[in-house]
Amino acid sequence: MAKPAVKPKVESLPVKSKLPPKSSGPGDNSASAEELKSYYRDMLLIRRFEERAGQLYGMGLIGGFCHLYIGQEAVVVGMQANVRDKDAVITSYRDHGHMLACGMDPKGVMAELTGRSGGYSKGKGGSMHMFSREKSFYGGHGIVGAQVPIGTGLAFAHKYNGAKNVSLTYFGDGSANQGQVYEAMNMAALWKLPVVYIIENNHYGMGTSVERASATTELYRHGEAFGIPGERVDGMDVLAVRAAGEKAIEHARSGAGPYILEMQTYRYRGHSMSDPAKYRTKEEVDKYRNERDPIDHLRKRLLDGKIVDEAALKAIDTELRKIVNDAAEFSQHSPEPDPAELWTDILVGA
Amino acid sequence: MSIQVLMPALSPTMTEGKLAKWHVKVGDVVKSGQVLCEIETDKATMEVEAVDEGTVAKILIEEGAEGVAVNTPICLLAGEGESAEDAAKAAPAAAAAASPKAEPPAPAASSAPATPAASSVATEPEWKGKTVHITVREALRDAMAEEMRKDGKVFLMGEEVAQYQGAYKISQGLLEEFGDKRVIDTPITEHGFAGLGVGAAFGGLKPIVEFMTFNFAMQAMDQIINSAAKTHYMSGGQMTCPIVFRGPNGAASRVAAQHSQCYASWYAHVPGLRVVAPWSAADAKGLLKAAIRDPNPVIFLENEILYGQSFDVPEDPDFVLPIGKAKVERVGKDVTIVAFSIMVGKALQAAEELAKQGIDAEVINLRSLRPFDTETIVASVKKTNRLVSVEEGWPFAGIGSELAAIVMEHAFDWLDAPVKRVAGLDVPLPYAANLEKMALPQSSNIVEAARAVCNR
Repeated sequence: MAKPAVKPKVESLPVKSKLPPKSSGPGDNSASAEELKSYYRDMLLIRRFEERAGQLYGMGLIGGFCHLYIGQEAVVVGMQANVRDKDAVITSYRDHGHMLACGMDPKGVMAELTGRSGGYSKGKGGSMHMFSREKSFYGGHGIVGAQVPIGTGLAFAHKYNGAKNVSLTYFGDGSANQGQVYEAMNMAALWKLPVVYIIENNHYGMGTSVERASATTELYRHGEAFGIPGERVDGMDVLAVRAAGEKAIEHARSGAGPYILEMQTYRYRGHSMSDPAKYRTKEEVDKYRNERDPIDHLRKRLLDGKIVDEAALKAIDTELRKIVNDAAEFSQHSPEPDPAELWTDILVGA
Repeated sequence: MSIQVLMPALSPTMTEGKLAKWHVKVGDVVKSGQVLCEIETDKATMEVEAVDEGTVAKILIEEGAEGVAVNTPICLLAGEGESAEDAAKAAPAAAAAASPKAEPPAPAASSAPATPAASSVATEPEWKGKTVHITVREALRDAMAEEMRKDGKVFLMGEEVAQYQGAYKISQGLLEEFGDKRVIDTPITEHGFAGLGVGAAFGGLKPIVEFMTFNFAMQAMDQIINSAAKTHYMSGGQMTCPIVFRGPNGAASRVAAQHSQCYASWYAHVPGLRVVAPWSAADAKGLLKAAIRDPNPVIFLENEILYGQSFDVPEDPDFVLPIGKAKVERVGKDVTIVAFSIMVGKALQAAEELAKQGIDAEVINLRSLRPFDTETIVASVKKTNRLVSVEEGWPFAGIGSELAAIVMEHAFDWLDAPVKRVAGLDVPLPYAANLEKMALPQSSNIVEAARAVCNR
């Protein structure tokens, strides 16, 4: 088989598909100044945090795998703008952004990355395996697609308990070909479970493009066999994400069953830290960075609309740098786990 | 010439059944393919169709008869040119022998004794209360029902557990009592529903996930190991997964390699799981209740052949057995035989045979494979100085290998002979009856092994 040519996809990127039955985003402008500012801040926190994580990795302070979320920030921030207390959130191993968006402490996340006792999993889980029951964040799962049945089970528990909560189950375009994803979708539709499947389509499952991995690339339609409605959303626009998320979550919360949102997004960094960058061109990455960046996009909107001035943005930046610096400091000074921790948490009550 | 119609087997493990209804009467002319009668077992119902043509000469087994053994003649057909009267007279002996009243249903399959001879059995010392004689199948159902009554967070899901009443009738009656919110038929998607169960457990519920057999749980292995077993540790203790994965494990009868594997050593290998394998109905009930109450993921390995066997079970609804504790089923001084699940019955059979030969064997029923009751095993070996391990699964890296390592580590100086492993042969289980029997451990193999370690 001939090696498929790597071609930039910027031009062909369907920002809003003509195909979905309902288009998202008409309510974009309804956000208040405070909301816009908070989305900007939340996205920038993730960006700054991830940049620092990348740096600490380069310094040898973070080991193993480290999957950065840079470029995809609008997806989780836009979706989380719609959640209620006790709505469950679960995702794959590219999870740092989701934890921050759930309100987890950046210090605890960074200290887990460095494998220290102050980390969310006491240093025993690492980048891909962190949880917070308090914030209803259920991980952080290292096996591609495994979080999809689990997230569906969280929705099952909500329904069983009669709670009016939903499960936001995030996964990537790579997971979208896993068999268990479709097994879970079938049951979610069959039993009308309150789950929203958010496919973060960053166009590459590791180094394999969606076109080379999925026979049909309209991932939002992949639930059609089960009658699950789906929608393609501009995942680089936080307000478009928020609007689509609002509708999807309402659908699930009302008892109408699952909903699929395909977020068209892009990761600027490699799959993990060591990435050959051979599967896409530098031009493609640069074009997203320069023309589609979700944070730049919102920043421009804030300034052009005279919602905030440069000084206010500068103040946000300063605040975030301090948060991230503190997290980095903490993550280096928190002690390594006590050797006794090796034998704890294997079984409850044993 | 008259034609005998015999009681058919609906499954390889069926030994007897109920003749529920006759659709024909004496004098009727039947064509091949015509329904003659309906038969029922504890698992299924089936219509018996005529294979041959003829006239019904005599009904040998009346409607409603229970415990009719497979291959018992149930009616006679008069062939062409033969009168019904002649045909009826032709086989009176068969009719008498087949009377269901003359031979009450045996409580246990013939392959293993339901209860070993009382004189040599170490009964559960702590139990002095009333008991009831029930099957392993009923014990499992009762354990689930009792725990579901107690705790609204416990629910059962799996293939055919609700409307069908369980592929092996373990969940009989549960749908009626608890409704379809708590007794849930799943699609045939083991990986998906195992993962969904794990998510429900993370979300605070206590699922019982039934696998129609553990052979199918291979489809779900990733969710069982990577999600259920490891998340408590990987979350630094934040997440818990109180879930029971249960179903028949190991060989049934004549279902060939893909449906006959023993997964004991696979699961026992994994930290973060508890693994139990009951033998008797009391084991089944006490351990399943413990498994449901346990805050950890528990693998509960049942055995299809044991489902229909009956044992005495304490009546107390709070009868619970501790996970991690083995039981000395028979006290002896010459050799320790360690077994679990169906092999406990074979080991007790072997012990009776050994007693006749002057060898006094101690039989330990492991009950739990993780955690492992090293203490009981080592104490026994220090007394008998000899160990035979028995398991249905393959020998390589099996439970027997672990037992051998444990006694070497803890009782090396007490051993008077090398440990002997009796295990399934290292081949995919064959279908042919003779080959299957050769591949699975029989009590004669255990006798042989025990004699060998006793230098006899």
